[in-house]
Amino acid sequence: MAELLNVEHVRRTFPRGGGEELLVLDDVNLNLKEGEIVGLLGRSGSGKSTLLRLIAGLSQPQGGSLSYMGSPIHGPVQGVAMVFQSFALFPWLTVLENVQLGLEALNLPPREMRDRALAAIDLIGLDGYESAYPRELSGGMRQRVGFARAVVVHPNILLMDEPFSALDVLTAENLRTDLVELWGNGKLPIKGIILVTHNIEEAVLMCDRVLLFSSNPGRVSSEIKIDLPQPRERTSTQFEDYVDKIYVEMTARRVERMRNQAAQPPSIAMTLNHVSPNQISGLIEALAAPPYSGKADLPDVAYEQELEVDELFPVAEAMQLLRLADVEGGDIKLTHMGKRFADGELNERKEIFSRALMSNVPLAAHIRKVLDERASHSAPKTRFLDELEDHMAEDAAEEALKTIVSWARFGELFSYDDDAALFSLENPT
Amino acid sequence: MKILPPVSIEARRLLPSRWDLLAAILVLSFIVAFADVSRFLVHPLSSITGHALFLNIWDLPGYALRTGLRMLIAMAVSLAFTFGYATWAAKNPRAGTLLVPLLDILQSVPILGFLSVTVVWFLSLSPGRILGAELACVFTIFTGQAWNMAFSFYQSLRTVPPELEEAGRMFGLSSWARFWRIEAPFATPPLIWNMMMSMSGGWFFVTISEAISVGDTNIALPGVGSWIAVAIAQKNLPAIFEAIGAMLVVILIYDQLLFRPLVAWADRFRIDDEQSEDQPQSWALNVYRRSKLVDLMTAPFEQMMRWSYHWQPPSFGLRAATREMDSRLADILWYALLGLVGLIGAYRIYSFAHANLDWSDLGAAVGLGFITMLRVMVLIAIASLIWTPIGIYVGLRPRLTQIVQPVAQFLAAFPNNLLFPLVVSLIVYWNANPDIWLSPLIVLGTQWYILFNVIAGAATMPKELRDAAENFGVRGWLWWKKVALPAVFPFYVTGAITASGGAWNASVIAEVASWGKTTLHAHGLGAYISDATAAGDFRRVVLGIAVMSFFVVVVNRILWRPLYWYAERKFRLT
Repeated sequence: MAELLNVEHVRRTFPRGGGEELLVLDDVNLNLKEGEIVGLLGRSGSGKSTLLRLIAGLSQPQGGSLSYMGSPIHGPVQGVAMVFQSFALFPWLTVLENVQLGLEALNLPPREMRDRALAAIDLIGLDGYESAYPRELSGGMRQRVGFARAVVVHPNILLMDEPFSALDVLTAENLRTDLVELWGNGKLPIKGIILVTHNIEEAVLMCDRVLLFSSNPGRVSSEIKIDLPQPRERTSTQFEDYVDKIYVEMTARRVERMRNQAAQPPSIAMTLNHVSPNQISGLIEALAAPPYSGKADLPDVAYEQELEVDELFPVAEAMQLLRLADVEGGDIKLTHMGKRFADGELNERKEIFSRALMSNVPLAAHIRKVLDERASHSAPKTRFLDELEDHMAEDAAEEALKTIVSWARFGELFSYDDDAALFSLENPT
Repeated sequence: MKILPPVSIEARRLLPSRWDLLAAILVLSFIVAFADVSRFLVHPLSSITGHALFLNIWDLPGYALRTGLRMLIAMAVSLAFTFGYATWAAKNPRAGTLLVPLLDILQSVPILGFLSVTVVWFLSLSPGRILGAELACVFTIFTGQAWNMAFSFYQSLRTVPPELEEAGRMFGLSSWARFWRIEAPFATPPLIWNMMMSMSGGWFFVTISEAISVGDTNIALPGVGSWIAVAIAQKNLPAIFEAIGAMLVVILIYDQLLFRPLVAWADRFRIDDEQSEDQPQSWALNVYRRSKLVDLMTAPFEQMMRWSYHWQPPSFGLRAATREMDSRLADILWYALLGLVGLIGAYRIYSFAHANLDWSDLGAAVGLGFITMLRVMVLIAIASLIWTPIGIYVGLRPRLTQIVQPVAQFLAAFPNNLLFPLVVSLIVYWNANPDIWLSPLIVLGTQWYILFNVIAGAATMPKELRDAAENFGVRGWLWWKKVALPAVFPFYVTGAITASGGAWNASVIAEVASWGKTTLHAHGLGAYISDATAAGDFRRVVLGIAVMSFFVVVVNRILWRPLYWYAERKFRLT
């Protein structure tokens, strides 16, 4: 089959303050053949959306090459259209005008432009809404306009940047099935689709192939072929097997990474994603409760707790860091400490949390030590921020400190006054 | 919608950068250059009025019309300036680093200062004819409007949602088409809001700049402002009331026929998704929309714009479009040019100061600056004490708000200098101390900004917060301290910043006021500039302007800027 798109060894960095560069995509390879839907799956920050913008020609890579139907991509390409997560509709244009916008640069006669726009509106199920303004429509209808606007140019490649994630569950499902149906019937004037998502089930439901992205920097870590006929049943065992398989793949890589991190001498400059102690307590309680009794399948937990991968993994990772749980092979299991935490009263929980912080999070122990040693028992935030920024990017340092503040407050390890930007051992009077 | 604070409030750094310094040098040397030229142009011209002005009530509508027209012309010029300047600053980062600090300084220069240094130069363009004076008047109004509008437009251009830009590029719109179809529409609602705000300040300046004397050059352009000047000289109270009435009508017409339709029309360009509850309505817009004539008039223009979108070859298709990074050479040339211009400017300022001024002049001006600063601070404080509680009281009562809010906005627009004679005549009558009793005049017009901002703040206070306070029995002083004042604080600060900026401007005419043959003097920098202008003493005019701009910049930076950000961070209810 004809190759629509070929991406080879692509590298993309973004400038950081102080002349540093943040590596977002590293050595990414991807190809898209005619008739395929390829999914890019990974956590936020894994560079999926950046890759999509490179393919669209909206930005340029620092290394590697991208080619569309055999010619290199250097700018926006006619034949590649995008559907945006936030819809990106123009609020001052009607539905019809928004859809026509895609055609205006093609220099078509007004008559043909109108006919094509109306046909696209008809196809996507927006009949009767032609003269409405976007703000009069519901989210689902707005995204339909986004689809119509992309489809109307008859693109060879349709790029979709988390198109369903701003919609509620029912609307998203409705739009997904409509799209899969249109695609299956061959009614869409499109040859191939690339779908960016962080929803595992969505990827399994829609894609022929799924590329898993790892983060920091973004890389394609593995590829999974979904060999199921359309329409797919979420409840079928094969479907669930694919979902499980992806979970296992994703957690395996995370565990591996954390092992690598653990193998190095503990450093205060550890990336800490912001997870609130309440989320941790909530998940521990859920894991300790009957159906799981301390051990659970990650996909099951995600489903039961209505958590997306994006939300579940950081919490699981924080629990692993604090040694309150072990994550392995798609499973999560409470440790001894985790179980004691689940059984404990609030004060006992704070005690356990505080000790877990001191022994497992070098930054927390470091701040506590500095505060203990100082006569005033207080230290400004900049003291630690500067120290962290020697080793990590500015916003990562900010987030690490924010996380530490929230954890230390719960564990009553030390306190923080935001107005004065001051850490101290004192409790507010 | 929020009033945009001055550039120096938005600035990220507290300390001025070298760009701020360069901007200050450029503006100051520009003023110096004008003043230098003007010194040689001042002729003892008898009078530039086309005809003598008589206080004939039947002439008043014609005068009011001409005053209104000057405003309209200035607005058109400001709009053109805004599109050029702000777009340049936003699109070209190299230019932006200088153009934005330049706006900051320009915003701080007292607007009537521009008038006194430029009017003679404009007159020299068309000697003996009225056109030069008209130009000077329009230029003054322009300087009162253009900077805010340009800054608002610049801010909007910088905050266009990236996905809208991306969608435009994706579908192959050229940069020209993207500007008109995406960026300009996005920037329209805040721009119109700022136009309205600037316009409301503009009435004040148009009436003042119609009748002005620089040295022996007396100008009286036919208009409401000159009418007032004559009425003051003749101590004619009824004529003053007639002028006030005429002004009310003009402002009302502008509001109904121009701004209300514009605001209602611009509502479609709002980016937020909410259906607005009270969509701005305008009967005039409905008339325009239904009229075939308007359609006929705008159709060719629309067709032309549509056609022009294809004007630039769209950067579309598989072409090697990656433009090389701007060359180093261009960078070096640009910085060298700026350095050179800065040096020349600094030298101009130095030689001007060296030839005309000594340290004692500077000391005197700075001393007077402190007096005016004290006056501004005290009066803003008094106005705040009065209007904040009233604003909260009104804002919490929707029906009262509906009545009071438009009145407050109207009062802010009303050229309050028309009311000066009433106050001055009383001071003369009672023989009161001008240093104290002239002071209220400087906040006469600008206090309303505090009132209507506080009303807006109280009106948008979440109902649940108020319910919670009531539920827990929070009453009396505790309620004011913990609930009401913090909730309106960010709004109050924005209002106070605007009021304080306006007060500095007003000091130029408020510290010297006359009634008949009696002229009252208060001590202060405003009076210093005013007297120097009347005497045609350009060296003191320039010094006064420079010192006042400096005070405004410094007060903005060290008082208002921290307060503004503190309020935004801590008290803004989103």
